[in-house]
Amino acid sequence: MSEPVVPVPTPETRHFWEGTAAGELRLQRCDDCSKAYFPPRPFCPACASRRVSVFKSSGRARLHSYVISHRNAPGFTAPYAIALVELEEGPRMMSNIVDCPQTPEALRLDMPLAATFRQVSDTIWLPQFKPTEI
Amino acid sequence: MRKPRAAIVGAAETTQLGVIPGMSQLQLHCDAALNALADAGLTPKDIDGIACAEEMPWLIAHQLGITPTWVDGTDVGGCSYIMHLSHAAAAIEAGLCTTVLITHGESGRSQVGVGPLDMKWTDMHRQFELPFGVWGPPSLFTIPVLRYMKTYGLTEAQLAGVAVAQRQWAALNPRATLRAPTTVDEILSSRMVAYPFRKLMCCLVTDGGGALIVTAAERAHDRAQRPVYLLGSAEALEMPMISQMEDLTSSKAFRVSGHHALARAGVTHADVDHLMIYDAFAHLPIYGLEDLGFVKPGEAGAFIAEGRTAPGGELPTNTNGGGLCYMHSGRYGMYALQEGVRQMRGTAAAQVAGAEISVVHGVGGMFGAAATAVLSSNG
Repeated sequence: MSEPVVPVPTPETRHFWEGTAAGELRLQRCDDCSKAYFPPRPFCPACASRRVSVFKSSGRARLHSYVISHRNAPGFTAPYAIALVELEEGPRMMSNIVDCPQTPEALRLDMPLAATFRQVSDTIWLPQFKPTEI
Repeated sequence: MRKPRAAIVGAAETTQLGVIPGMSQLQLHCDAALNALADAGLTPKDIDGIACAEEMPWLIAHQLGITPTWVDGTDVGGCSYIMHLSHAAAAIEAGLCTTVLITHGESGRSQVGVGPLDMKWTDMHRQFELPFGVWGPPSLFTIPVLRYMKTYGLTEAQLAGVAVAQRQWAALNPRATLRAPTTVDEILSSRMVAYPFRKLMCCLVTDGGGALIVTAAERAHDRAQRPVYLLGSAEALEMPMISQMEDLTSSKAFRVSGHHALARAGVTHADVDHLMIYDAFAHLPIYGLEDLGFVKPGEAGAFIAEGRTAPGGELPTNTNGGGLCYMHSGRYGMYALQEGVRQMRGTAAAQVAGAEISVVHGVGGMFGAAATAVLSSNG
């Protein structure tokens, strides 16, 4: 349990993990109803259409909620925040907040964030978020 | 109020609760089942339907010498048994079986005869949550709360107040694990686990089991025990991971399940004398009170802090002490049902005088599932 957990892409999620390795946050949008969504799947969660496209997110987000773990996890030393961010395009995702003290005072809900990427294996980069203003 | 279809005619927990190193998980199921059969005055030969979680139904059935003609292995976490009860009532009404045994057993603390805790994590969780430093329910189930606190002004002291109210109930219950009176200050001084959650805002990790025996309402009379009737029930699902919860201040699964259960039972909130809300963490009774419609959004923290769910309050809630103080083996829903049954029989350790209708509400996963049962002492 000392090794960090590294995602194993599936055919339906590969575009996302290829995106993070290329420094892009890739979401999907329905060509029929325009719904932007995450996590990845080859059909629209709003209208079930199979006509969907991958697009590059702006990476801009806001801090939606979090906890600060006071227990270590593989690859993580406490205290560290496990955060939900809300992307400008609408979807939310779990991530970590980097370049920021891991304290309630510094981690203000709704603070603006920008995506960055952290390499965790030869092929996998995790999306992370950093504050864009102090 | 609707005419009930089904009734609980046997109900029991394991002989011991708490730390049980001398019993495997399988035997916790069987110990509870044998106690429930004795409670009902029945034998395994009388059982023709079986439902359980944690272990496979064929294991429990064979171990007890039961040849079921109806089986339910639904395992959606802690509220599974409330779903089993609902499914059993429907199966009995449909003529698929006559007498159903529902079992639960978990060696959550001692880990005797178990593999790793099966949280039913999905590959979506493994790819999109687990890599970010999560380590189980205390680091996940708790994530919505800061958003709730910002939206409604809930304070850390009010969150601690949930544990204080439930300790007051536990003090009245000799089988509860944590019985010493406590204070908001003591809860807020306990070790930080995942800010803003401290140790005493998180459930116990103990060993135990429970079992229920369900039959048709018209067959429930003249039994060994006073029957407890199922007036209505419902279940719902929302999402497989907390990061995709639609609204962090309210559980859709809670709202859907609670609404349908009360509607099917034909009861209103004012009819409810007793309430059980699965409390793996201190925020769950807050979400439950609001999402089931007992108070308005944002009001539950103050409602609990004012003592309105505590002994002497207008809405006695989690009267066994709950997962925070009574016991929590991993999937707590069975113990919530057992307390609902005891209250309706009039045999609870902290009996609510004159209680005739109890609502038992459970959660599964991290707000992923919910199930609700409306029980009554009257058929």
